[in-house]
Amino acid sequence: MTLLSGDPPRGLALRILIAVIVLGLALAPFLFPGAKAFNVAAKICVMILLAASYDLLLGYAGIVSFAHVMFFGVGAYGAGLALYGLGPTWAALAAGLVVAFALSLLLALAIGLFSLRVQSIFFAMVTLAVAYAFNVLASQLSWLTGGEDGRSFKAPPALQPGFKWLAHPILGVQANGKLLAYYLVFAAAALAFLVLLRVANSPFGRVLQAIRENPFRAEALGYRIVIHRTLATCISALGATLAGALSALWLRYVGPDTALSFSIQVDVLVMVVVGGMGSLYGAIVGAAIFVLAESYLQDAMGGLSQLASDARLPLLPALFHPDRWLLWLGLAFILAVYFAPAGIVGALSGEGAGFSAEGAESRAPGASRLLSRLRGRRA
Amino acid sequence: MTALDVGAALPRRKMDILPALTPLLAALVAAPLVGSLSTFLTLTAAGLAMGMMIFAMASGLTLVFGMMDVLNFGHGAFVALGAYVAALVLLPLAGWSSAGSVALNLAAFALAVTAAALVCGGFGWVFERLIVKPVYGQHLRQILATIGGAIVAEQLLYAVFGPDQIPLSLPATFQGSFVFGEAAVEKYRVLATLVGLAVFAGEMLVLNRTKIGLLIRAGVENREMVEALGYRIDRLFVGVFMCGSALAGIGGAMMALYRGQVHASIGAEFLVLCFIVIIIGGLGSVGGSFVASILVALIANYAGFLAPKLALVSNILAMVVVLLWRPRGLYPVSGR
Repeated sequence: MTLLSGDPPRGLALRILIAVIVLGLALAPFLFPGAKAFNVAAKICVMILLAASYDLLLGYAGIVSFAHVMFFGVGAYGAGLALYGLGPTWAALAAGLVVAFALSLLLALAIGLFSLRVQSIFFAMVTLAVAYAFNVLASQLSWLTGGEDGRSFKAPPALQPGFKWLAHPILGVQANGKLLAYYLVFAAAALAFLVLLRVANSPFGRVLQAIRENPFRAEALGYRIVIHRTLATCISALGATLAGALSALWLRYVGPDTALSFSIQVDVLVMVVVGGMGSLYGAIVGAAIFVLAESYLQDAMGGLSQLASDARLPLLPALFHPDRWLLWLGLAFILAVYFAPAGIVGALSGEGAGFSAEGAESRAPGASRLLSRLRGRRA
Repeated sequence: MTALDVGAALPRRKMDILPALTPLLAALVAAPLVGSLSTFLTLTAAGLAMGMMIFAMASGLTLVFGMMDVLNFGHGAFVALGAYVAALVLLPLAGWSSAGSVALNLAAFALAVTAAALVCGGFGWVFERLIVKPVYGQHLRQILATIGGAIVAEQLLYAVFGPDQIPLSLPATFQGSFVFGEAAVEKYRVLATLVGLAVFAGEMLVLNRTKIGLLIRAGVENREMVEALGYRIDRLFVGVFMCGSALAGIGGAMMALYRGQVHASIGAEFLVLCFIVIIIGGLGSVGGSFVASILVALIANYAGFLAPKLALVSNILAMVVVLLWRPRGLYPVSGR
């Protein structure tokens, strides 16, 4: 209970689902043989951390940021370029991580202090622009980042696939560096998730929720909105940085497509909203479903597309084309925004109240608009 | 009752001229750095044309935001749709656009842009009803819903038109350049500048000289009061949203012709630029977005020549500098 910061998943169905996902990830190398399943499991771990850190911002603080993937990229490039430039040692990895964390913190502070003073809508636009510029910068500075091609590098020796730490396979699985790397990713993601859960359930997290529900009142109670929001941005940026470093370490490659592309940002947004905003468990559910869909839904859609084209239906083959899987998740996303603001987690735990800020606003739009006017005038 | 002279003009609000001079300032700073006059002229002409195309897209976004308080992340999808519609119109009209006649060329161009505006306006209506209407007044859900709409729209474009680029060629008359001394100015850029100016003039006329424009400006200032006076604000909203989408379509069509190819990724690319422009211009201000479009495009062009690596980041730098000077943009809209 203390491990979960007194905030276990609510409802039996949700508990079972979370337990299945976590156990499945913990035992993935033994349960699901094959390179693809291994990669999928590692990606789910990374994405859970990325989505959870994003949820702290979106779900708890009610801030829409588009720069989250930028921090992910900082982590990935930090770890990757250090291992590439300084050689595959733990010291190089540590150095890269320190630089990446510092840079993320600096960027998050700058963005937060600069743009969180105004409306949240302004923050959304500024982060979008900054993230776009960062992406361009990363592909332009090719002497450092390898440009569009990115950089392939070697992990520290203990994590390399050739490294055997036991002569015999464990339960039919090779005891090599790849297995170690997976458990490093899993453990780091799990630990960071628990830290985020702690933050979300701390007094600080409560203040964030209060600001989300009613910034005017929270400030009247004496909480500095800008400071709390900026701090939340910084914490979530650090989480994303760690996720990026883990992702780079697992892929042993870093490039704009895997670390900085805007589509990752959209993916994370979809994960958090479909999984459930305002509950970190939503990140677990959302990330698991999304990555599984990305990896396996495409096969199913290929079959459907084939069926549709055999039946000579117009347009349907194109709609069910495996590359169009995001179309269907996009539809699920819109439906979730309208009908299930608390996402899958909200539906399973039987309470739709996980995210009531907008509910309050929709009940009395005039009042909240009046408040925002007052705020604007005061500023 | 002569004390109250109803017909007398209200005292005019003093025009703030300083922000409007910023593009000129950028040009003056860049001129000595660029060095050669002919290069400078070419760059400036290119910047103006680029700015006009961006303005068409950005003014739609800022209009919708100013009027409806909706930040439409689906705006980029309309830019892309406009580009595809232009391609759909121009490809069958290859005979017209390759003919030597200026009239036929112009007709093909006008037809493509008009079709883009109409189709985008139509889909704007659908988008407003399905995506935006249920979430008025709720910023967070609005952002999320329009992003969802943008994802679906982009995927639909891919599904319908395929994932590959569609090449598109300019009508024959607009290929090539005018040459003044050593400066070469592409003909299409002149056309784009003229169309952009026409769009700006049209918007200004409608906003400042018609009753609809009066209602829109009133709605920007105080929505409740317009409602209280008995106007159907929701109809006005749909109309403004359709106009905004149509403007995005016009911009997309012109940009696709300028680039000579159509691809759905054009939407996301210009959405970011539009955001930068409307932030610099002042959220909701059409005039501000006009100045900001030119400023951003000029700076991007000069930077692209002087320091190519900085060109794409130059927009952000321009935004930061402007916001440090005027935290709410060049022409902040009151009541916001």
